[in-house]
Amino acid sequence: MTSLLVKLGDMRSATSGTITLFVIVLFVSTTLASLSNLLLPEDSAFHVSTYTITLLGKYLCYAMLALAVDVIWGYCGILSLGHGAFFALGGYAMGMYLMRQIGDRGVYGNPELPDFMVFLNWDSLPWFWLGMDQFWFAMLMVLLVPGLLAFVFGWLAFRSRVTGVYLSIMTQALTYALMLAFFRNETGFGGNNGLTDFKDILGVSLTEDSTRVTLFMMTAVMLALVFATSRYILDSRMGRVIIAVRDSEARARFLGYRTQDYKVWLFVYSALIAAMAGALYVPQVGIINPGEFSPINSIEIVVWVAIGGRGTLYGAVVGAILVSYAKTRFTALIPESWIFMLGALFVIVTIFLPKGLVGILQSRLPGSSGGGKGNANLGRASS
Amino acid sequence: MSYKAVSARPDVSHNVILYIENLSVSFDGFKALNNLSLYVNDGELRCLIGANGAGKTTLMDVITGKTRCDSGQVWFGQTIDLLKHDEAAIARLGIGRKFQKPTVFEALTVYENLELSLASHKGVWSTLMAKVSAAQKDQMDQVLETIGLVSERHRKAGVLSHGQKQWLEIGMLLTANPRVMLIDEPVAGMTAQETERTAELLKSLAGERTVIVVEHDMEFVRSIARTVTVLHQGAVLAEGTMDQVQNNRDVIEVYLGESS
Repeated sequence: MTSLLVKLGDMRSATSGTITLFVIVLFVSTTLASLSNLLLPEDSAFHVSTYTITLLGKYLCYAMLALAVDVIWGYCGILSLGHGAFFALGGYAMGMYLMRQIGDRGVYGNPELPDFMVFLNWDSLPWFWLGMDQFWFAMLMVLLVPGLLAFVFGWLAFRSRVTGVYLSIMTQALTYALMLAFFRNETGFGGNNGLTDFKDILGVSLTEDSTRVTLFMMTAVMLALVFATSRYILDSRMGRVIIAVRDSEARARFLGYRTQDYKVWLFVYSALIAAMAGALYVPQVGIINPGEFSPINSIEIVVWVAIGGRGTLYGAVVGAILVSYAKTRFTALIPESWIFMLGALFVIVTIFLPKGLVGILQSRLPGSSGGGKGNANLGRASS
Repeated sequence: MSYKAVSARPDVSHNVILYIENLSVSFDGFKALNNLSLYVNDGELRCLIGANGAGKTTLMDVITGKTRCDSGQVWFGQTIDLLKHDEAAIARLGIGRKFQKPTVFEALTVYENLELSLASHKGVWSTLMAKVSAAQKDQMDQVLETIGLVSERHRKAGVLSHGQKQWLEIGMLLTANPRVMLIDEPVAGMTAQETERTAELLKSLAGERTVIVVEHDMEFVRSIARTVTVLHQGAVLAEGTMDQVQNNRDVIEVYLGESS
């Protein structure tokens, strides 16, 4: 009995230890960046520009997105090549809210209709735009639409026992189909221009430094929450079933687990994280367009996770931030070579660092969390 | 795939726990099972033998819901039609299985492998909140003792030796404590001493539970079996004690004759 308590205590403290460390690192760095933006004079060497704050906020959104993919790919072996779709849907829902906040300050000065609708000679709001001027309703849609899509997609796919590369191709097709639909003007989301020219969020201007910093801090808080929730789920018995499904789904079924249920709910959970990331991303970058649905975006997320290291959660976060930072630097220097560098990085990491960058760290810290073990080869998740 | 039937207990009032009648399965024209009928009594220790391709594994696949049959019936006791359930439901009904090739969850520890095998609620929400109770803990400790893996409890299953994985699989079956155990080649890769221990274990399990063993090792079968069923080309060729079976003319001709 006592050893049970010790064991439980160990598990709990291991979980909360990881969470605490993650939250401390995240909050210390974001708070420092925020304070030096707001308090230090612009000519100070330690001043962080608002541009940088926005850039960091964007990275944190990507980190959340990568975490969403790691939850299903790293732990459950479901390789989604369409997670950008959930991110973009969340982003569009937020974008619709922000569009409605513009009111009569648009180019055409129509208080009811966003500019692109006036331009298309529409005389009233389509039904699916109704209610999107209410923040709470828009936030509900941020979660509801991607969540429902993930549920229906997952229910159909996992019930029919579609796995491996076939599932990956289906997710890719899903995001591609959505991209084509959102590119059309008739769909009602601004066509290829998407939604942009946002002014306010909850009555405050989006261009204010304080708004930017608040959004940035909000993203950090959400990332921490999502990290802690995911850690809790994955360290519960449910998490062990999920790992069991990854390593031998048939065996898990013979133990009495209806594995498709686990996959559907984990897929929905992951889609919700991606959607929240999208909703936080849009007010910070100021635009959402159908390009976010493009298949290459979804593949890039998978590359972040692979480079950072699968099955650890923090690996995905590290991977997303580092690769995005590299992208920012290198596309500024030599724009056309970035895609090749990304490809090369992916190949190198896959061959030489199958556990990603955090794998180097992990091998020096014995007793770190177990999710990463046994999935050293990339082929497993897609076989 | 009903959830309701899952809590049902098999009705063994006629002392038979598994009715398999006129079962046929074919893969691309190959008849893996050909009108096979087999009855297993409650509490029996039954050995299935037969050459490769005789249909032993296919039979287990049908019983556990992995493979759909073309025709025939499989009943668990008098009242439960197994063909109406999926793998998970059949497992929850109390039919456990050990595979030929040990398939343990390599990224999980020995203890966690056993934890997942516990006969508790297996739904998504129950597992999210699940805690190991003191009784379950004692049960797992006892199993660890039985399979000789006490000191390995916190090691990843992936680093165990082949023989230890075999034991862990048996341990998972013991932890699940199903009414019927289907065991595919339990002693493959085990030392003579371990084989002996396995034989003792299987014999002690029968009675309270029903144990069906598929095995190629004839010495082993002789040491445990009371009733042996010989399969050949997807059907039952002979059934009886080991001696009866070994002296059966048909069996000598098609199976034992070849190997001796």
